[in-house]
Amino acid sequence: MKLTLTEEQEMLKKTARDFLADKCSKEFIKQMEESETGYSGELWHEMAELGWIGLAFPGKYGGGDMSFLDLAVLLEEMGRACLPSPFFSTVVLGGLPVLDVGSNEQKQEHLPEIIRGEKILTLALTEPGYRNYDASSVKVAANRNNDNYIISGTKLFVPDAHIADNLLCVAKTKPENGITIFLVDAKDPKIEYTVLETIAGDKLCEVVFDQMPVPEASILGQLHRGWSTVQKTIERAAVGKCCETVGNIQRVLEMTVDYAKERKQFDRPIGSFQAIQHYCADMATDVDGARFSTYQAAWMLSEGLPCTKEIAIAKAWIGKASQRVFALAHQIHGAIGATIEHDLHYYTRRGKAAELAFGDADFYQDVVAKEMGL
Amino acid sequence: MDFGFTEEQNKFRLEVRNFLEEEIEKGYWKPTCDAWIQGFDPEFTKRVAHKGWIGLTWPKEYGGHEGSHIDRLILTEEMLRYGAPAACHWFGDRQVGGAILSFGSEDLKKEFLPRIVKGEAYFGLGMSEPGAGSDLASLQTRAVEDGDYYVINGQKTWASCASFAQYFDVYVRTDSEAPRHRGISEFIVDAQSPGLSRIPMIDITGTEAWNDVFFDNVRVHKRYLVGEKNRGFHQVLHQLDYERSGMERLMGNYPLFDSIIQFAKDNKLSQEPVIRNKLAQLQIEFEVGRLLIYRVALVMEEGRAPNWESAMSKAYSTEFEKHLASVAMEILGPYGQLTSSSKLVPLRGMALHSYLASKGYSLQAGTTEILKNILAVRGLGLPGS
Repeated sequence: MKLTLTEEQEMLKKTARDFLADKCSKEFIKQMEESETGYSGELWHEMAELGWIGLAFPGKYGGGDMSFLDLAVLLEEMGRACLPSPFFSTVVLGGLPVLDVGSNEQKQEHLPEIIRGEKILTLALTEPGYRNYDASSVKVAANRNNDNYIISGTKLFVPDAHIADNLLCVAKTKPENGITIFLVDAKDPKIEYTVLETIAGDKLCEVVFDQMPVPEASILGQLHRGWSTVQKTIERAAVGKCCETVGNIQRVLEMTVDYAKERKQFDRPIGSFQAIQHYCADMATDVDGARFSTYQAAWMLSEGLPCTKEIAIAKAWIGKASQRVFALAHQIHGAIGATIEHDLHYYTRRGKAAELAFGDADFYQDVVAKEMGL
Repeated sequence: MDFGFTEEQNKFRLEVRNFLEEEIEKGYWKPTCDAWIQGFDPEFTKRVAHKGWIGLTWPKEYGGHEGSHIDRLILTEEMLRYGAPAACHWFGDRQVGGAILSFGSEDLKKEFLPRIVKGEAYFGLGMSEPGAGSDLASLQTRAVEDGDYYVINGQKTWASCASFAQYFDVYVRTDSEAPRHRGISEFIVDAQSPGLSRIPMIDITGTEAWNDVFFDNVRVHKRYLVGEKNRGFHQVLHQLDYERSGMERLMGNYPLFDSIIQFAKDNKLSQEPVIRNKLAQLQIEFEVGRLLIYRVALVMEEGRAPNWESAMSKAYSTEFEKHLASVAMEILGPYGQLTSSSKLVPLRGMALHSYLASKGYSLQAGTTEILKNILAVRGLGLPGS
């Protein structure tokens, strides 16, 4: 057992922190939130040049041959910086499933371009009324018609769909949970996008497929048997969101402790009052619990060990723990933390979005119950 | 990072489990809540010693096995999982032996460590006093030099494991003029010393949980001074870091956890969303606590005393134990109120015991409030109040 990073990971972490401190100011985040695309193409290419996009992909596609655990370290830093970018969509939701189950042709076609920062991917999974992240909730259908499949229906909360080059569309191809993933051209005129306005200012889209024909060759993985890949992607995405949140709440803890040391009332720093100290102690405990449970899950994923329970524990814990951290951070910061000029809201807003993504605490609590045999 | 265990560690865990299961099968004892601090079983302690499982991390020259702190955590985790009666050796193994190793003279090490390792020396603690709880530095029990001896007068209280302890690790004032943190010394006192008397105190479960320990001109030879004279406060803080470090803070009432989950399954309660959610939430909290405690063991493995890290894990874990007891009582409904000797009592009365006993979990070895102070000031660098 070992809870420390390797020298390489420490270096990656430091490089990422320095780079993002330089490139991802709060002013930049604000601009991105207000922009139509939600990201900067220039920064995206710099991230590609740093080898970040390809980090966890094999060298033969131009990737860095590193592990999911290394990717976790990077995601933590992106969460710490509140980085607006299509990284998560392209790598975690799009690229890794292509690597998992894509045909050689599909991998050759997509992965090198993804890694060079020339292609954005995302996953179209959730739908109106979809809460449970299970196969039976998928209603968007792809019906066979001669050589093609015709995709119809609405996907919701699809991140970065409006800027994506390709979508992984999860569709029903057979009654009784026959699920297939289609890797489709996102620019097809039969797809309509509406960017929703969200708490985090990230770009979650409504995606409407209007009788869009796609060839059989666009099937990613196996016909009717796509759900296991979707499941794996959801689990990986849940851990990825945990990693981002660990970075987020670690930073919030640091900001809050700093503020408690500086802010004076009654002629002394408010951090010298036990009421404030105990709040900070509670925050630190929540952050460390989040860190260890998240990295446990990331390590197990990285090692290829079965870890449904550990992932559920991490996401369930961090969902509630992060909300406690934000609540206390705002309480300690006082009114200044409630203003739009202060930085705290960036973390609170993004933390809420991460909590809701890929299963909230209640959802994973039930997964834990199942794993306990209840 | 590596959250796994080595093959040797997995083998060791299995060996401990097999040993404990065999003990239970032979009917030597039953899994019991709080058995680590209330299960006095000299024969069990002897058998554990025979396996080489006391003083696991200590140097070989004093009878130890130079094992890792992770090994010791695996061992104690399994002892607690099975609710094994380990109270005779727990304090000596967990903290007093370590204190002697860190601060004691060569003579003291040779006299006590091999006997603790053999399961032949049981220790109690003499820290708190009626007027010195969280503010331990205000303690008033005094030791005055008299030739080769110190003469101790005063009263210690909340002494766990005291009625069968053969020795007490006692903190007393040896310099009344010095600033209060700098006039305290640590002694090992033979419980049979003339002038030392014990009066049991009954806790709200009806169990003899502690003793008042009175010192009336108790004479202790100078060789039983641990470490430097007047450096005792520094030493007790160090020892408390270890006292708070372990899995017993999370798993003291673990037999109840297993039993209430089984109870919910057997009685088809686990399909009820409210109960299901409560048990799953407990499992989540338990697993997080376990990681916080493994982190503490890794700090020790680096050769550092765990400080704010064990304050964090202990404060967190006792809240879990209280939560577990409350949930168990809620699930049992009106049956939860039945005492262990009552007709119809479920789970041998473990829930009721745990519900009442857990009120003390967040008080012993440093209240949650003191632990949060430590975490805030020493862990986060906030200014002392």
